[in-house]
Order: sequence, then structure tokens, then C-alpha cells
Amino acid sequence: MTTLLGRPGSPTTTAPDAPDRTPAARAARRKALLHWIAVHSLGVAAALFFVLPFVFLFLTSVMSDHQALTRDLTPNSWEWGNYAKVFDTPGFLTWWKNTLLYAGLGTVLSVLSSIPVAYALAKFRFRGRQLSLMLVISMMMLPPQVIIIPMYLFWAKQLDLSGSLWPLIIPMAFGDAFSIFLLRQFLLTIPNEYLDAAKVDGCGEFRTLIRVVLPMAKPGIAAVALFQFFYAWNDYFGPQIYASENPAAWTLSYGLESFKGAHHTDWNLTMAATVLVMAPVILVFFFAQKAFVEGVTLTGVKG
Amino acid sequence: MSTHTLRSKRRRSALRTAAFMSPWLIGFTVFFAYPLISTVYFSFMKYDGFNSPVWNGLGNWSYVFSDYPMFWPSLRNTLWLVVIMVTCRVVFGLGIGMLITKIKTGTGIFRTLFYLPYLAPPVAATLAFVFLLNPGTGPVNTILGELGLPTPGWFNDPGWSKPALTLLAVWGIGDLMVIFMAALLDVPKEQYEAAELDGASAWHRFRYVTLPNISPIVMFAVVTGVISAMQYYSQPLVAGKVASGVIGGSGQQFEPGYPDKSTLTLPQLVYNLGFQRFDYGAACVVALVLFALAMAFTALLMRRRGGLIGSGD
Repeated sequence: MTTLLGRPGSPTTTAPDAPDRTPAARAARRKALLHWIAVHSLGVAAALFFVLPFVFLFLTSVMSDHQALTRDLTPNSWEWGNYAKVFDTPGFLTWWKNTLLYAGLGTVLSVLSSIPVAYALAKFRFRGRQLSLMLVISMMMLPPQVIIIPMYLFWAKQLDLSGSLWPLIIPMAFGDAFSIFLLRQFLLTIPNEYLDAAKVDGCGEFRTLIRVVLPMAKPGIAAVALFQFFYAWNDYFGPQIYASENPAAWTLSYGLESFKGAHHTDWNLTMAATVLVMAPVILVFFFAQKAFVEGVTLTGVKG
Repeated sequence: MSTHTLRSKRRRSALRTAAFMSPWLIGFTVFFAYPLISTVYFSFMKYDGFNSPVWNGLGNWSYVFSDYPMFWPSLRNTLWLVVIMVTCRVVFGLGIGMLITKIKTGTGIFRTLFYLPYLAPPVAATLAFVFLLNPGTGPVNTILGELGLPTPGWFNDPGWSKPALTLLAVWGIGDLMVIFMAALLDVPKEQYEAAELDGASAWHRFRYVTLPNISPIVMFAVVTGVISAMQYYSQPLVAGKVASGVIGGSGQQFEPGYPDKSTLTLPQLVYNLGFQRFDYGAACVVALVLFALAMAFTALLMRRRGGLIGSGD
């Protein structure tokens, strides 16, 4: 903090009518204080922009049916029963169960199948490694809609699995491009000396991976698992294609929209359902904040 | 070492590599290569999923480019999103990233609050914004009205639907904030001190010290932003459905793009052609246009290898 020290020669301390250090230091301190106030006011303004939508969303979710149709911003009476009504809506619990199945099983499968691939791409030397990596990135960047017609025909006409979430879960057992890429970036940061030491001790590649690499890669694996879980939780297109014909297979993201359709004018219930879809993701984030932020940084900056 | 053992060693290492790579090799073949080739094949076929496919030459292509009324509007919308939404996100994300590095009190709380909206599931966040911005009773227009400001029709007005989507996208800026924050903290402090000694203004310090140091990350944010703008799907579709009041069910058919095609994007056309009109051939044409655009920008990302891939050596 150069301004606080009032370093001689810096523009803030060269006022001509400042013969000794004290007024200059005071001026510098005042400038620092003003700077602090300006920065933190901006911070509060930005925080309002990010938080107010959540606040209005929540306030509307506890309004009475009648009040939710008015311009009021705050509830007159707090109708916590709205949340019970949402849970009583036919299907809502099924959507929860399906979402947990898709997100949970999908995450486990994609992490398990992506680890060995990421390890090979990060640490093995082989012909076609660079090409494989480029193909992984291409797959990662591929919009799901590009291949949806043949994929749908494959699952629906050949395997007769439409009307379920299996067309979304099964592919996760064959390596997920984003997980492979992110894990590979993480594994690059593990020094080769550890692997060499394990090999000197007589470990094969598989044992090295299990005993040495995995324990060190825990933060990376946690980040990948979180991203994968959130991806499945948030997925709308997949369930829309494969599950829309069968309400018993709907997920929260897909069901939420139809909830709005069924409760056309009830903004309060729709907002309560919206809060219930957002809440788990935000709770998970609070418990795993570090892993998550590390993952975001990893996708962009490391390498 | 004899050539024999060397060769067998090499073969063993190739087998080992194949074993480790096998999940992805299967995934790549079944869920990428095969459907991609198949998409090219269907783009030249007349196929509705019931009658067997019939050769149609360039018929699907000319239909999409000259007769399908949704193609050019959706491309124009995508261009709008690429230019305006991506710019807004990058500028705002950089601003928030700079702000968070300057905040000294309660940094953790501010960072969490700024980041949180990024996590909101897209469908839930879209529903929330359609409510917040609903022209009649929504809180935003209520407050704007109190302040005597104009109250736009947001998701119900073709001229305001894309700005409303941009607002939603800017709200979820958390990912960019984290990336920019990490990049800003990596800028060498000495460069700022030297610039300050030279009497450089705040703008000059930003222009000649900050920007050159973080330009690779800005580039990364722009290119990935462009790629996701081209894939933009759940938010415009859900916003259109909810704002129009036509939702789900097999009874009502939702014509995507409400209001007045202003929220159409290319991925929605694949759905419209393939799953509403059962014209798989034309859907595959749009899919290939989407593929070409996505891969062109991915190639741009990969060319700047240092930032994205890393060497691994």
C-alpha cells in the first residue's frame, strides 16, 4: 500500500504547502479512506444486483395466492404452506428422485471412467496423444444438438430406451470429455518424480494410479464430480429429448417448466418450486466452495 | 537389450495405453464419430422416422437456407448475442473481477454473493427472471415505475427480449469473475509500482499494465463466450415458452422464438425440425451448420495452445 506509507516523491505527498510529513501522511490516509469507501460502495451496489433477484424470488414464494398477483414487493402474511403445496404436487417428488439418480449415478460413472483416460493423456507418452487430446476438446465443445438426431434414433428405435433417463446415464460410463480434460489439467500439476518413485518401488501403472496419483488428485476429482453433478442437475435438453414423453421420468429442470404451466397464475407456488430447485445446488456449493472455485480456475488458466 | 524384448516391451506399453484409454475410445466411436457421420448422411436424406430414408440430394440444404422461415432470424439473433451479450459479459465480468481484487473488507462474503447466481440452474434462473421482469406486476417494472422510468415489455417485447436475456446472462457472471480474479492477481506488482512512479493515471495503468498482462484470459473468455452463445438453448427456449404462456404438453405446439422469433437460436431449430416437424434431414442440416460454427471457434481456442491445453512435457 504505497499510498498509506506516503512514500516521498509519490504524487500524493508533494503538495507544496506540506513542510513536514504529518499533514501529507494525513492527506494520504484520507485518500486511502475515500478509496476504501468508494470501492466498498461499489461492492455493495454490485452485491445488491446479484442478490436482489434471489430476495424477490423468495419473498414472492411466501405470498398468498392473491397477493402474488399484485405489485407488492413484500408479503403481508408469510405463507410457508406454499412449500408444502409444492411438495404435494403430483410428480414433484418423482422429479427429485429422477434428478438424484441422473446426477448421482451419472457423476459416479463419468468420474470412474474418465480418470484412467485423463491419466493416460497426462502422463503416458504415445503416438496420437496430441490428436486424442484435440478430439477430447472437440467433443467437449460439441453442442449436444449436433448429434441428437442419430443419437435419438439409436436410443429410441434400436434400444427402445426413450421415455427414460438411461440414454443420458449410460454414455457417462464411457468417459466424459469435460471431466477428462479437467482431470488431465489437474494431473499435469502432479510432478513426475512421484510416479517414478512408485515405479522404482515396483508399482505398475495401475497401482501407481490407485495408490499414488488418486490420493494427490482428490481436489481435482472433487471439482470434476461437482461439475458433473451440477451439469446433470441443470440439464434441460437431455430430459426434454428422452424423458418428455413419460412424466414418470422427468427431472426437476424439465418438470419445473411444466409446473409453471400447471399453475399458470400462481407465481407464488412457481417461485417456491424454483427456490426448491435452486436450494440444493447452492447448499452443495457452500460445503464444497473451495473445490468448485479451483475447478473454474483450472478450466481457464492453468496449463 | 535385444530387439525382441524391446519390441515386446513396446507392445506391452501400447496395450497398457489402449487399456487406460478404452472407455473413451468406445465413447468416442459410439457417441461422437458414428452419430457425426450419421448426421452428415441424414442431411442428404428425406426421413421422418417412420418411412425409410430416401435420397434427397441437396433438397434439405436448399430448404433450410431458402425456404425455412426460422433459419435466418435465428442466425441474426445469434450474431446479436455474440456481439452484445458476449461483450457485456466479458466487460462486466472483468469489472467485477477488478472490483473483488480491490475489496479489502469482507472479501469472502462479497466473492460468494457475486458468484452465487452463476450456480442457479438455468431453467430456474430463467423462470425467476421472467417473473422479475414480467411487464405487469414484476418487481423490476414496479420499481422502475415508482422511479418514473420507462417500463419495457422485456420477454414479451421482440425489441427487449434479447436485452432481457443479456441481463440474465450478466447476472450469472461468477465463472468469469473467478477466472479474471486469478489472472489479475498474477499481474506483477512491480509493474504497477513502476507505472505509478511514472505518474501514470488509473486509466493508463489499466491500459498499459493490466490489459496486456491479462489479454490471453480476455481472449479465452471471448472465444468460450462465443461458443456458448452459439449453443444458447435452455434460457431462450424456456423464457419464450413461459412468457408466451404456452408450455409443455402434447396438446399445444409451441412455435419457438416467442416473441416474434426474437429468441430463436440455432439449437432450437434442430429441436423444431427434428422433434416437432419430424423432418430429420433438415434438422441434420442445421446441426451441421452449428457444428461448423462451433468447431471453427474451437480451432481458434486450440491454436493458442498455451492458454488452454498446456504442454504436459
